[in-house]
Amino acid sequence: MSEQIDQALARKYDAGFVSEIESETFPVGLDEDVIRRLSAIKGEPEWMLEWRLKAYRTWLKQTEPEWAHVDYPKINYQDISYYSAPKSMKDKPKSLDEVDPELLRTYEKLGIPLHEQEMLAGVAVDAVFDSVSVVTTFREKLEEAGVIFCPISEALQKYPDLVKKYLGTVVPRGDNYFAALNSAVFTDGSFVYIPKGVRCPMELSTYFRINEQNTGQFERTLIVADEGSYVSYLEGCTAPQRDENQLHAAVVELVALEGAEIKYSTVQNWYPGDENGKGGIYNFVTKRGLCEKNAKISWTQVETGSAVTWKYPSCILKGDNSVGEFYSVALTRGKQQADTGTKMIHLGKNTKSTIISKGISAGYSNNAYRGLVRMGPGAEGARNFTECDSLLIGDKCGAHTFPYIESSNPSAIVEHEATTSKVSDDQLFLCQQRGLDPEKAVSMIVNGFCKEVFRELPMEFAVEAGKLLEISLEGSVG
Amino acid sequence: MLTIKDLHARVEEKTIIKGLNLEIKPGEVHAIMGPNGAGKSTLGYVLSGREGYEVEQGEVTFNGANLLEMEVEERAQAGLFLAFQYPVEIPGVSNMEFMKESVNAMRKARGEDELSSAEFLKKAKAACKQVNLPLDFLKRGVNEGFSGGEKKRNEIMQLIMLEPKLAILDESDSGLDVDALQVVANGVNSQRDGKRSFIVVTHYQRLLDFIEPDYVHILAQGKIVKSGGPELAKEVEASGYAWLGQAQEGEEA
Repeated sequence: MSEQIDQALARKYDAGFVSEIESETFPVGLDEDVIRRLSAIKGEPEWMLEWRLKAYRTWLKQTEPEWAHVDYPKINYQDISYYSAPKSMKDKPKSLDEVDPELLRTYEKLGIPLHEQEMLAGVAVDAVFDSVSVVTTFREKLEEAGVIFCPISEALQKYPDLVKKYLGTVVPRGDNYFAALNSAVFTDGSFVYIPKGVRCPMELSTYFRINEQNTGQFERTLIVADEGSYVSYLEGCTAPQRDENQLHAAVVELVALEGAEIKYSTVQNWYPGDENGKGGIYNFVTKRGLCEKNAKISWTQVETGSAVTWKYPSCILKGDNSVGEFYSVALTRGKQQADTGTKMIHLGKNTKSTIISKGISAGYSNNAYRGLVRMGPGAEGARNFTECDSLLIGDKCGAHTFPYIESSNPSAIVEHEATTSKVSDDQLFLCQQRGLDPEKAVSMIVNGFCKEVFRELPMEFAVEAGKLLEISLEGSVG
Repeated sequence: MLTIKDLHARVEEKTIIKGLNLEIKPGEVHAIMGPNGAGKSTLGYVLSGREGYEVEQGEVTFNGANLLEMEVEERAQAGLFLAFQYPVEIPGVSNMEFMKESVNAMRKARGEDELSSAEFLKKAKAACKQVNLPLDFLKRGVNEGFSGGEKKRNEIMQLIMLEPKLAILDESDSGLDVDALQVVANGVNSQRDGKRSFIVVTHYQRLLDFIEPDYVHILAQGKIVKSGGPELAKEVEASGYAWLGQAQEGEEA
């Protein structure tokens, strides 16, 4: 069976094409001058440059984390270009008609048409290509509701006070090695502000595409949901198939003020490298949300891509009665490695968190769940429930679970459940005896395993995620 | 429909089927009885192509095709159905999704259009009713948390849905009380249409009171040692399988 599974898991990556687009790309290398140039191109306020430089100086003193259950060659940060943008974007096209058609075609090929009339009704998209945002759709409609949804570089010019007030408040610029690097060199990403009491009238999404060779993508997203507001946000990501590894070090900060709710979903499909582990994206990401009183943040992630993933979307449950959720599906195959999980920091009274993690390992891959649940001294009556399930396909892969629980409040309750199972010969045989081919059978079994998480995704994307798993698993059965 | 000639098959290093011959014509019901370890379940697995069950020798043709050269799913699509003795669970996959995929895979293989959701649902509801399963069964995960009896009825439900040419029932009676046995048997009998054939594998004669076979074969030590009509099952009921030991030895001598 494992031979069949291996075949079915042989990889096919649909988004691996390269777009022929003339770009302005910085020479490789990183120093303070590069940061100054970057900040100047973006036309940033002086304080932003200072902030970046401070982050850079902190980063220089830090060392790359080595505690994760992943193994990759040392990254030479001087071999990376820190800025690349299509030349056509230099004049800042005012409307979609002025955007380079090749750029639009790239997104169409990826199944994300940027013309509003062709789009999924009810989803606004910010399309980020290498280091810049190409276009943000449905802006007028959102503005009517008072919602701000724009590239963060634009927000720095139009709403500097709002950005300054919240940037770095959840993920401080020196938080960790990759977050500090991002703070120094971040190029684009999305900024969202939902005013008090507003329910965002549509789903917001950002689509990240790495195209240029030897560049890193350092996106920064900041979402602020003011009191009593609601927003659902989704990000997707793909990259061309290349033999070199590329670095993607993002920071996402969420601020949910009193009574606000943010639902943040990720479908991550960066190029995972080939079957021998050559190429692929290093996905080193810091995502964290802060909940004030009665607020709720829900992270849902479907991680199928990247050569190496290092990512722990977390919630700081500062306000009383606030709620944090983490729903995750991480699929690794070939030689992919993932070390992912969450941190739930309970500070307020009666705070609640739920963690549902589904790890699927196939081929020679390694998949680790790492999660911290901390009950602070003030977390009176707080509760956590963690369920973390691993599914193994074949016998050469690994699943690992590293739960950390720290409780400083005797009234807090922490529950942890973990299971490990295999796609069994019996299940495969039953499906085949009922007429299904082995690939269909495995993808159905895996989809069933992930159901609890897929349920949490916005509907359009749940279908997408199911299909993505199917493609990812193609050829993994035998 | 099915012709088995001099079949030898092994599981790992052990030869279990040792020269089995059987001819099944359309519409016939053949009961295969025998003591534990005779190779009854093995026969079902070998015919359906389960991995690990290796044919050493012999031929099997199914409606003119060489069955042994076909993949598991190709055999299923060609109309061979196996009702499992111990159906496995598939957590999170609802019976409905599972059966819809299955029914449509079979239809596709026959060059037919997929069923619409409405058509499928109608069919599924009717099948549930026939084996006395409540409709919410369709929403539950495949065999997830089902009782033994529910699992067996679920297998028959699938049989009704998939309309195979040949159904192999692997001890579909084991662990059932009389009422459940009746339900399973009624489900099977409803599918006897003069064309569909059945191989009913059982240890006890009991099931054959409800599903009357055309032929009864006694399988022992990997081959059919005695064939007859329904009366043979009664004989077994009366005298057990003890006589087999001597018969076997006598034959080999």
